[in-house]
Order: sequence, then structure tokens, then C-alpha cells
Amino acid sequence: MPDVRAIDYAGSERLTMNMGPQHPSAHGVFRAILTLEGETVVGVDAVIGYLHRCHEKLAENLAYVQYPTIASKTDYVAAMSSELAYVMAAEQIAKVEVPKRAQYLRVLVGELQRIASHCLWLGTWCMDMGGALGGGATIFLYCIRERELVLDLFEALVGARLLYGFHQVGGVRYDLPEGWTDLCRRTIDLIDSRVDEYEHMLADNPFFDMRTKGVGVISRELAQDVGISGPLLRGSGVDFDLRRAYPYSSYEDFEFRVPVETAGDCYARYHVRMVEFRQSARIVRQVLDGLPEGPISSRPGVKSLAQVKVPKGEAYARVEGPRGEVGCYLVADGSNKPYRMKWRGASFSNLSVLPHILVGASVADVVAIMGSVDPVFGEVDR
Amino acid sequence: MEIKPPVPQVPVPIWKNFKDLQEWEEHHQSRPETGDKHSSLFEQVTEGIHNFPGGFALTTVADGFFNWARKSSVWPVSFGLACCAIEMMATFASRFDVERLGMVPWASPRHSDLMIVSGTVTIKMAPMLERIYDQMPDPKWVVSMGSCANSGGPFRHGYHVVKGVDRVVPVDVYVPGCPPPPESLLNGLLLLQDQISHFRHTGKRAAPTPKVD
Amino acid sequence: MTPERARELLATVAGVTVAATPPAPIVAQVLTEHWLDAARYAKATLGCTYFSFLTAIDWKADGLEIVVWVDNLDAKLSVQLRTRLGAGQTTCASIVPVYRGANWMERECFDMFGVQFVGHPDPRRILLADDWQGHPLLKSYAVDTPHPPYR
Repeated sequence: MPDVRAIDYAGSERLTMNMGPQHPSAHGVFRAILTLEGETVVGVDAVIGYLHRCHEKLAENLAYVQYPTIASKTDYVAAMSSELAYVMAAEQIAKVEVPKRAQYLRVLVGELQRIASHCLWLGTWCMDMGGALGGGATIFLYCIRERELVLDLFEALVGARLLYGFHQVGGVRYDLPEGWTDLCRRTIDLIDSRVDEYEHMLADNPFFDMRTKGVGVISRELAQDVGISGPLLRGSGVDFDLRRAYPYSSYEDFEFRVPVETAGDCYARYHVRMVEFRQSARIVRQVLDGLPEGPISSRPGVKSLAQVKVPKGEAYARVEGPRGEVGCYLVADGSNKPYRMKWRGASFSNLSVLPHILVGASVADVVAIMGSVDPVFGEVDR
Repeated sequence: MEIKPPVPQVPVPIWKNFKDLQEWEEHHQSRPETGDKHSSLFEQVTEGIHNFPGGFALTTVADGFFNWARKSSVWPVSFGLACCAIEMMATFASRFDVERLGMVPWASPRHSDLMIVSGTVTIKMAPMLERIYDQMPDPKWVVSMGSCANSGGPFRHGYHVVKGVDRVVPVDVYVPGCPPPPESLLNGLLLLQDQISHFRHTGKRAAPTPKVD
Repeated sequence: MTPERARELLATVAGVTVAATPPAPIVAQVLTEHWLDAARYAKATLGCTYFSFLTAIDWKADGLEIVVWVDNLDAKLSVQLRTRLGAGQTTCASIVPVYRGANWMERECFDMFGVQFVGHPDPRRILLADDWQGHPLLKSYAVDTPHPPYR
């Protein structure tokens, strides 16, 4: 039963425990009011909105050239995918051609971003399950070390480490500097070998198995009904990846495997993401091998606010972010600002599955499940 | 000789007299200032030494020692709100290690000295932030990290965003950036360490900035 | 289930007008009285079991419009259901009995637009505090509305 709020005190051992908005399991500002019967969760009231930054209202007041930087702050761990959704929606309505090189560059940064985001996910999830100053910090420090290598690449390309203003309507803003492709190849090879190490570390670890196998099972039917996406959906047996089903930005040119697991528990989602590491590296290599010459944008660089005007129309652009389907539903009215923008955050839908799966789990499992759902609260609260 | 126990300065609060933890906290925060860091005896002794000719050298050395101890072991309470939290985590990790400065991120506010407000403060979150700040024991410092915490940042005009964390708690160091890269945050933390080395008494904290616009 | 077949089937449902748009998605304008039936039809007959999002648009004088996007993942079919609530109207049937994912989305619609969903199991605000006055995403609400004491 979703969102149980009634608390019954008559003759039971029920305890209401408040988890967050500030708590050490470093996922951001999320408050879960758990109703516990001993150690088992019998009810969850998930309170969100502590990071509601008025994205949708601001989008109605900011021009198309101004908003991509703000859009990157929705899913701030995977800023490239977030910007891409907004920019693709505007391009769909305005029917703007994006040059091939720009499309390949978008794929390149999207996949590098997926690697960086999954590094952070693995590090924080294992830290939550292992304790911050105990054994858990090991994988956290290793994964952040890998992530720093990818962020170095982004810094060389764009100038920023976390939140970029890389995409614009019509293409991208920056081209690859000298020597970047070699550095990228070396980084990808190094990351591939390191991911092998992490898998080896966690593979037959009995504690890891006990904390993840059979924990937080999401059934196939529930997954689709609630609208969760990304590794959560693929971990529950549904073979749906937006890059395969509705290819955007030249994804149909690349060969990659979409991992699907049927167990639906935390271990399945972990395995899906580990395979995605490798497949992202594979896509990056293919992009670097086949990168065409040409312009990086079909529109000139931005010089004024009124430069991009999108005619009347509506579009919904969906992007496969590291967390799932990130979508931007844009209603344009011909001016340089949108009329309405709805941000479909992947983590909002992913998080709404929590009241369904936390009931019956123990308190320790709550932490493991939260980590494997991998929410980013910029997307949840917008 | 009969040893009398010290007379409590404030009446001992009886737990069941309070409705809930809120009231208990409020009671403790509203009790009269008695130089809340040191006992009154210590204050008298320090004043005595000061008034003695040449005595200030001793207290300066003592202060210098205490301040060195305070600044070398500032424990931040892990208070990540938004995107800046990811950069804060990167600062705490191995490449930009802050543990070499003595900063161990600690989840409990009761054991920490520093609150790095990293991310946008929203109206719904502001009372929680105040509560965490109130739970921290003195002396405590606040670093406002990122443009959202400095002034509301890119979201300043949103209806749910507080225009800067200094409307909620008093701030010691402002670190600009969106998000500030770890080098900037380290710069801010080193500036904070400088501030701490000049620290004399906490005394009364400056009140939060009044709304100006 | 191909898009053409889905288009034909959807056009036969009472209260639904299928717009003649380019291939994807299938846009269906639904009368408010038939909202729940249209959602049930999309799930049961068209096989659209994947719920993507539910949102609203404020058309100022023309009132609010609710937009729902659902997918049939196996057939790669996207269906967009829309209903105009009419000028000044704010009630709509809740599709939570059909799609559980609509729970939080409808709460957000209520929070942002003031739409009352009849039959929703938990009609509370989700993003803003419970005692917030006003519905921010309406066009009549200013983006920088002050809120003492914090702004």
C-alpha cells in the first residue's frame, strides 16, 4: 500500500523514525518517515521538495539560450544528459538540423558522463553499505579517483568539472582540443582495467551478496506501472533502453549491448550498471574512431538573448541518462522563451517506487535500496 | 570537611516537564549567557592575568595554542544539499584530501565544528538547516559554498529559494563558484583556518543578515 | 499492435479524438468525463503499460489541460492523452487506479496548479510545504513572489 501515513499505536511496538533530510547516507535532501515494527518497515512516507528550485517556473522566464546551464543542475551528477534533453526538445520543435560531428560529440560526452556518474554511484553506494570510515570508504576513494580522470577530460574540453554549458540549440559549443582524443583513449583503457578490479573486489564478497541479493525486488509489472526507467527497469527484466528503442543523436551508428537482468533486486541493478560501464567505454572508442569532420553547430555562437526563437509547437525529447529516462516536454509559443516546460526527471519516477518496495524490508535494507535506486535530488525536486 | 557539590547555574531540566525534544532544545538555547565556552572562574582568572602588567603575553600564547588546536582539527558536519555537495565530496576524497588539514567529515552535528552549506537553501529546508546549526556546539563556523548558498545563485528569482544562507545562519567564509571546484573550496577552508587563528572568544554570534531587498 | 492499428482503435473510444500528427506520438484529445476510461483503454487494449509522465499546462483564459504520456515498450508505441478541463475548472478524475506512477505526478500537479484529482489516495502537496499558499506554476503566480521571513 503506497504512502502509508496512519500510525496505529494501540498495543503495538510501532515506532516512527525520521530519516533525514540530513543523514549520512549521502544521497541528498530526502526525508523518509519510516513506521517500524521492530526492525521491519511497515510504512513509508517519503517527503521530498527540500531542493525544489523552481526549475519549471524559471524556464518560462529564461530564454532558450540561457536555460541549458540551469537544466544541467537538475541531474547534477550527469549534467550532459540533462542539458541534452532540453536542447533536443527545442531542436525538435524548431526542426533544427544538428551536424553529424556535433551528434557524435554529444554521444561522446554522454557516455563519458555515464561512466563518471556510475563511478560516483558505485562509490557512494558501497560507502553507505560499508560505513564511511570503515571498509566502505575504500571503494569510494577508488571510484572517485577514476571519476576525477573523466572530469579532467571534461575540464580540458569545456572548462568545468561538474556543471557544463556544453550544449546549445543546434549543436555543441566547444570542439575537441589538441591531444584530447589520445588522453581520452588512455583514460578509457585505464578505467576499463580498474572496473575489472572493482568487480573482482565485490564478486564473491559474502557481505555484499547478503546485502544485495534478494533485497528490494521490483517486479516487472510494478516497474512499468510506476514508470521507473534506466538500470532499475532493465534490472527487472524489461529490455528498454532509449538509445536502442528511440535512437537520438546518431546512437544507431554504434554497436553496444543493452544489459537486462531478471532478478529485480539490488544485485541485478548493480550488475546492469557494471555492464553499462564497459558498454559506454565501447561506445566512446567507436565514436573516437569514427568522428567526422565538420561544424559543431548549425547555429552561430550566442550573442544575444533573442537569438533563438522557437516557433509554436510542442515536443517531448527523451534521453537515456545514467538514471533512466530524462525527458523535457516543451510547449513553445514563438518567442525566445518557452511557454511551459515540464521536466520528467528520471529520479522522480524512480523514487516513487520506494513506498512499494520498502514495506517488509529491514532498516539496513533501506540504505542499500536507496543506494541502488540512485536518486539525485535535483531531478526529484527540480 | 564536607564537600558540597557545585550549585547548578541553571535549574536542572526534568525530562518529563518538556513536551518533546523541540522544547528541550529551546530551553537550552534560551538560557542566559554565562560566557558559554568557559566557566566564570576561568573568565575571572583570564581577566586577572590581563590586568597584571605583562600578563597579556601569557594569554596570547595560550590563545595561540588553543587556536592552533581549533584550526587544525575542524570537523565539518556533512551537510550536502545539491550539486556543490558532489564537489565537496570530491574535496573530501583522495585527490584534494582535506583530511590532511585535519578535517574529518562527521555526520553528527553534535561533534562537529564547521557546517559547509553546499547547495541551494530552499524555504522548506531552511528550518532544518537552522536546527542542525543550533545543534552544533560552540565554537562553530559556517562556510557558504557555491553561489546558491552565497546569494541564491542561478535560482535567486525562484519562489522557493532563500537568497543566500546568511539569511538563516551567520556565515564566516563565502566561496564563490557554480560549483566551486575543489581548489576553490580548499582556498576557502584555508581562509577559514586563518580566521580561526585570530579567534578570541565566540561571545555572542552575529545575528543572521536582515533581509535587504 | 502497430501505431496505425492503435490509432484506429483509439479513435473508436467514446470521447476521444485522435489528432492527425506525424507518426509519433499518437495524440488523443479526451473529454474530461471519459478520462479514466481512456486511460484504462490505453493500458488494457493498446498495451501501454509504461507510464512516463503526467503534467498540466495553464492556457490562461482557456483553463488547464492535463497531459499524460504512456508507452507500449514492446510495440514502440507512444500515446499522449490530453484533456482540457475548461476555463475555471480544476477537477479531474485520478488515474492512479490504472497507473500507480500517477500517484506522485498528480500530487505534483495539485501542488503546482491546484488541480483536484478525484479518487486520489493521498491528496497532499508534494514539493512545497503543506501550509504553502498558492499554486506556483499558474500563470497568475509571479516567479519571485516574496515569502517572509526568508525572501
